[in-house]
Amino acid sequence: MRGREDEWTGLMRSAMAGDDAAYHRLLRAVTPVLRAAARRGLARAGQPPDQAEDIVQEILLAVHLKRHTWDSEAPFAPWLFAIGRNKLIDMLRRRGRRIFVNIDDFAETLPGEVPQETASAGEVASQLNTLPQRQRDVLQSIAVDSTSIKDTAAKYSMSEGAVRVALHRGLAALTAKLRDQ
Amino acid sequence: MDTDQLIRSLAADNAHRAPRVGAMLTMALLVAAPLSILIFATFLGVRHDVMSAMHNPFFDMKFAVTLSLAIPAIIVSLHLSRPEALLRGWGWLLLLPVGLLAVAIGSEAMMAPAMPMTMRLMGKNSRVCLFAIPAMSLPLLAGALFGLRHGAPSHPALAGALAGLVSAGLAATLYASHCTDDSPLFVATWYTLATALVTAIGALVGARVLRY
Repeated sequence: MRGREDEWTGLMRSAMAGDDAAYHRLLRAVTPVLRAAARRGLARAGQPPDQAEDIVQEILLAVHLKRHTWDSEAPFAPWLFAIGRNKLIDMLRRRGRRIFVNIDDFAETLPGEVPQETASAGEVASQLNTLPQRQRDVLQSIAVDSTSIKDTAAKYSMSEGAVRVALHRGLAALTAKLRDQ
Repeated sequence: MDTDQLIRSLAADNAHRAPRVGAMLTMALLVAAPLSILIFATFLGVRHDVMSAMHNPFFDMKFAVTLSLAIPAIIVSLHLSRPEALLRGWGWLLLLPVGLLAVAIGSEAMMAPAMPMTMRLMGKNSRVCLFAIPAMSLPLLAGALFGLRHGAPSHPALAGALAGLVSAGLAATLYASHCTDDSPLFVATWYTLATALVTAIGALVGARVLRY
């Protein structure tokens, strides 16, 4: 547990220093843990686990957009799990659930082995369709078609800077729509 | 979109760097401050006997009290803009102005009073105080909330209340230079009421706008 969390902190420091590959590795490493915690949180609240992936994606978006609030001298896991806890509570509230479960131990006593898998979620996908055309195209190209920023720029005859701006605005807009839905 | 695809798009956006919450809060307060100062200059202004008032320790004490509210409130609000932060261990900073006021009230009580207690408490400006501090707070409150929106507070209403304390502390600092009531009893009563009002507004608005 300790070793895993120290590794996350190291990866996040590298990510903040500009290492995109470390950032990608970190997000992939935390996702199964978040998924298991989200499922368990939903189960405890008497909710079906099929919304777990929506929670995971919301957590990942919040982690991304709020990573400047992480203090690089502090361990990464408590910061991550605090966001996870918030997003789980938000989701339960939106579903009109009274929070009677103790959610203070989000991701605390997780099994060591968690399955590696990826899953789709409905909410991000459906909000994606409400974005302005350009943001949607760029997100689609980079996320779904796995095209680089450079090739996406060529594909839509945009500058790389404009692609970066559209990508960031698209992610921020998605997050805002999920929050205010 | 599956989660691996979402992660790919987040990693592609890693180059985007957001400013720190402290920088955003500072900037937003600096943008809002001229509006509050404009309200102050238009409707209130510095009191006419300010040069002689400065020799009165109770006049100076008002600024110590209001700044000991505003500055710790800024520090605590920045602390709470991190998702894992707790008020525990930091909340005592917000008791500084209360302590200062208690000391001031004690020292005034030990002096031969120039006026009876009720007159010192009621003063001449209680209504102006109750209106002017919230009015000058509003631009600063909007600024503080805008700056703190950049953070990720786990308790948005609490963070909003802190934004209220920041703005009320700063507005009260301006107001203190206008008001001729210097008794700590007056400050403890009317400044506190005005601050409570602004804090409540901050908590209500913060609960909505500080969610992330």
